[in-house]
Amino acid sequence: MKPAAKNNEAPCPKARHALSTRLWHWINAGALVVLFMSGLGISNAHRYLYWGNYGFDPADAWTAVIRFPDWATLPQRYNLAEARDWHNAGAWVFALALLGMWIAMLANRHFARDIAAPLRAWSPKRLWAEIKEHLKGHFEPDDGAKYNTLQKLTYAVVLGILLPLMVFTGLALSPGIEPAAPWLIEGLGGRQSARSLHFIAAFALFAFFVVHIVMVLVSGPVKQVWAMIAGGNP
Amino acid sequence: MSKIARRSLLAGIAALGTGACSKIDGFATSESGAGLFDMAEDWHLAAHRTLAGRQALAPEYAADDRSPSFKGNGSLTVDSPVYREQLAKGFPDWRIAIKGLVDKPMRLSLDDLKALPQRTQITRHDCVEGWSAIGEWTGPQLAHVLDAAKLREEANFIVFWCADVLYGRQYYESVDMVDAYHPQTIIAHSLNGEPIPEKNGAPLRMRIERQLGYKHAKYLTAIEAVANFDQIKGGKGGFWEDIGNYQWYAGI
Repeated sequence: MKPAAKNNEAPCPKARHALSTRLWHWINAGALVVLFMSGLGISNAHRYLYWGNYGFDPADAWTAVIRFPDWATLPQRYNLAEARDWHNAGAWVFALALLGMWIAMLANRHFARDIAAPLRAWSPKRLWAEIKEHLKGHFEPDDGAKYNTLQKLTYAVVLGILLPLMVFTGLALSPGIEPAAPWLIEGLGGRQSARSLHFIAAFALFAFFVVHIVMVLVSGPVKQVWAMIAGGNP
Repeated sequence: MSKIARRSLLAGIAALGTGACSKIDGFATSESGAGLFDMAEDWHLAAHRTLAGRQALAPEYAADDRSPSFKGNGSLTVDSPVYREQLAKGFPDWRIAIKGLVDKPMRLSLDDLKALPQRTQITRHDCVEGWSAIGEWTGPQLAHVLDAAKLREEANFIVFWCADVLYGRQYYESVDMVDAYHPQTIIAHSLNGEPIPEKNGAPLRMRIERQLGYKHAKYLTAIEAVANFDQIKGGKGGFWEDIGNYQWYAGI
């Protein structure tokens, strides 16, 4: 870094969230709620998941999914057409916002500076040490970084793998996209595999959502939420 | 984008901002909600057509890739004595009318259709519910039939009329000229080398390979060229579009 950083006069104070990060965070949060709940409604239309290109017989399914209750779906009753409308409109907001966020965080170096972690950080030993620190309630990174290593890895997996996987597996489900990108469906192992992966990635994101909320609650929710709205510390 | 669509987008964003669940629930049926959803669908159609090109083909599979059977869904038969009799005899008297905005209306038998150049394709059928099946379909391209009937220039859509009745209403569907003239859009008479089974739409079913299953009209009785859907049933261009507000474009 430049000499300014050594004097603790970095141009970006470490607690500050960039405007692009804050905007994307809330747009993405809204889009994911709409997509997840409408997705549960769509799942209710055929509650079986398959691997490969075809699949329609429950006997061939690798899993049967529960029927999601009406309170968990959008709309709040079974209506496949309306659930699809929410899903296909929300997809635009989600995908374009994600693209914008990636451009912004590469351009403003948020990714390189705050999220990218060296490969050695991914070793099981390091991860275990980090988890133990977390369980002791110690979340602040020691090295003056914005995020601790577990946070970096989580955000890298969410931003780099899970969210893009939702976009690409979602695109792979569209018969209108397939003539343009047959390699996408092939690469994911076929349309029903893409559908299964879409479902798995959605629930991985739901798990992230739950942990994310819990971590905000135990690390000063007012301060954290305010920082994500206004940018700096209260 | 029309002014009205733009206004409904703004209204839609405003409505989204209100947040409450009950309001969200009513949003989809409100004018702004429906406008926003239709716009999102228009964008999907425009994106697909731009990315893939109008003639790009849906993937075709090898014989080994076919599913062991082909699920029937929606109407599984036509509940009429005439249909039962024709089904038993192999549809010798079944005719499809080619009508509407054509200079040379026609009535075609199964033999007439089989005498045209044939296309065989092994394709995947994706239902709006989420499942997929793979089968081999054979039949003449719709483009051949429309050319033979001398389609008029003012025709913008092709409507497919069906013999089956669901929830007391006749089934029908429609496509625009891009999909009507797509090379894989065929009037299929065979599935996996055999006459199409009853549950899959015997004797004739459309294949619209770049869209979901509800566009693939079964038990075909007529093909009509129209300028718009104003005078047709519920005016939305298809059975599920009219009865359940499903989107007319089913490429997603």
